Amino acid sequence: MSFAMEPFLALILIGFLPSEVWRWLGIVVGRGLDEESEIILWVRGVATALIAAVVARIVVLPPGALASIPLEVRIGALGIGFLAFLLIRRSAFAGVLAGEAALVLGALAFGV
Amino acid sequence: MSEPPAADAGTSTSAFAYGVRIALTSVFAFVIVFTYIGFGAMAHDYGFSVGWAMLSTALQWAGPAQVILVTGLGPGTVLIETAVAVALSSVRLLPIVVALLPVVKREDSRPWQLVVPAHFMAVSVWVEAMRHAPALPRAHRIPFCNGVGLTLVGLGVAATAAGYYMQAVLPALFGAAAMFITPISFLCSTARNARQILEKAALALGLVIGPLLAFTQVAFDLLWTGIIGGTIAYLVHRYARKRSPAA
Repeated sequence: MSFAMEPFLALILIGFLPSEVWRWLGIVVGRGLDEESEIILWVRGVATALIAAVVARIVVLPPGALASIPLEVRIGALGIGFLAFLLIRRSAFAGVLAGEAALVLGALAFGV
Repeated sequence: MSEPPAADAGTSTSAFAYGVRIALTSVFAFVIVFTYIGFGAMAHDYGFSVGWAMLSTALQWAGPAQVILVTGLGPGTVLIETAVAVALSSVRLLPIVVALLPVVKREDSRPWQLVVPAHFMAVSVWVEAMRHAPALPRAHRIPFCNGVGLTLVGLGVAATAAGYYMQAVLPALFGAAAMFITPISFLCSTARNARQILEKAALALGLVIGPLLAFTQVAFDLLWTGIIGGTIAYLVHRYARKRSPAA
């Protein structure tokens, strides 16, 4: 039962439900909480740390095509992008553009 | 920062339109289009249909999970392992929705009324909602989120189709660059929203603890990083608040 599984059924059972269940659980948990409560502060910390963990994981253990770029280029590009964000009016757009430019130039320099 | 408008200013339709405008001028309009051109091309590479790829974007609406699904449905893969990997990669959606709901819900919001706005929730929509919704009257916050969410999902679905048909003409580095835009945009936009020590500490801790746990192959590394990093950041925040109550 690998590729033989109907692709749209696989999309629902293996792609949609395992992701969406977190959103539904979020409704159940978040509905009763107060905006100013201590637990919400903690949850905001957890959400932010989790987003940072996703950032780090994609850079150090990249999926698919990104794995062809050397680790030092990936980390360097993340650092350059973040530095550009800090220096250029805390603009996320500036950080994204600088990071992408550094990644592509670094990849070319390393002959990828 | 403009003053919050009066509670009766505007309608929910105008709040929705405001959300559309915020989405289109957000860095995430660019990020989502770039990401999903890459995803569409990747789905083509792996032999899926264009309709499947578009539906994946509309239903999953979680980039890393979509990449796992496309690469994890091939011959010889164990489907339950793919399902678990998808679920673990999307754990962030839980605290995101929990942190957002108290900001946007109304006293009389019923759970089923929250299913659609919660479906749109991803880091992109969350960042823009947490940034702009508190300035709106409470009654308009959910329509605003729906405007942001529907616009970005719509752009994502269209870009998925565009990338699918552009697959043959995209430069060799495009796939890698499209995957890299997720971490760099998450990092910069989350840092931009981080005003308190709580978020700054959580961001720094996640960047340090995340790779440590991932490299040592701890099971549920993302989940643990979130809980450990978030808890330490909360304690740091409490300590800083006790020392100077204004913080």
